[in-house]
Amino acid sequence: MSQLVNKSRIFLNNRVLLHQLVARYSVDTGSHEYISGLVKDKKVVVFMKGTAEQPRCGFSNAVMQILNFHGVKNFGHHNVLDDEKLRQGIKDYTSWPTIPQVFIGGEFVGGCDVMLEMHKNGDLIEELKKVGIRSALLDKVEGSSKKD
Amino acid sequence: MPITSQQLEEKLKAELQASHLKIVDTSDGCGSKFQAVIVSPQFEGKPLLQRHRLVNTVLEAELKEIHAFSMKTLTPEQWQKEQS
Repeated sequence: MSQLVNKSRIFLNNRVLLHQLVARYSVDTGSHEYISGLVKDKKVVVFMKGTAEQPRCGFSNAVMQILNFHGVKNFGHHNVLDDEKLRQGIKDYTSWPTIPQVFIGGEFVGGCDVMLEMHKNGDLIEELKKVGIRSALLDKVEGSSKKD
Repeated sequence: MPITSQQLEEKLKAELQASHLKIVDTSDGCGSKFQAVIVSPQFEGKPLLQRHRLVNTVLEAELKEIHAFSMKTLTPEQWQKEQS
């Protein structure tokens, strides 16, 4: 009898699991709702071609280099080449026609050109500061100025 | 018909009253990759993201064909400073 109860319990548990799986894989990854969750998931989130370890586009690679330069490590990254719905969805979400796309503190910052410009004019340091990330570049700059 | 830099220049000149334009097709005439320097009084008082959005709007149809479009957006004042 107890065996039967156990069995039905496993079955029930599995059903919950099954439901979770179905819910997970039937999520529309191109929807506004889904993407607005993704962009707030981490302080910095990048939608790119390829992975952080292996970008598959020069512009996505440039964004990785910039983040690396500022010592930003724990950022979210989503490969749009793996998900056609997400690829179109993110463009609709931001009304921005190209990939990569960078979010800081849940706000759309721009693509590669904007990131490069912000990196050059120092705005990126400020934007990172707003979400509590200290750019590693500050330490490099201070380090070199101390020598003078 | 591949998109040409001349075609993009004409459009930007007309829509943004661009005072200086330099658009280079970096795909050797394939019309798939461009690098642009755009100087327009319409950029004044607009943050970078808004400037890029403005250009994206003007070139909406073309950007669907172009694989990569990289741009620098300057006001006439900024452009002058960069020249000196």
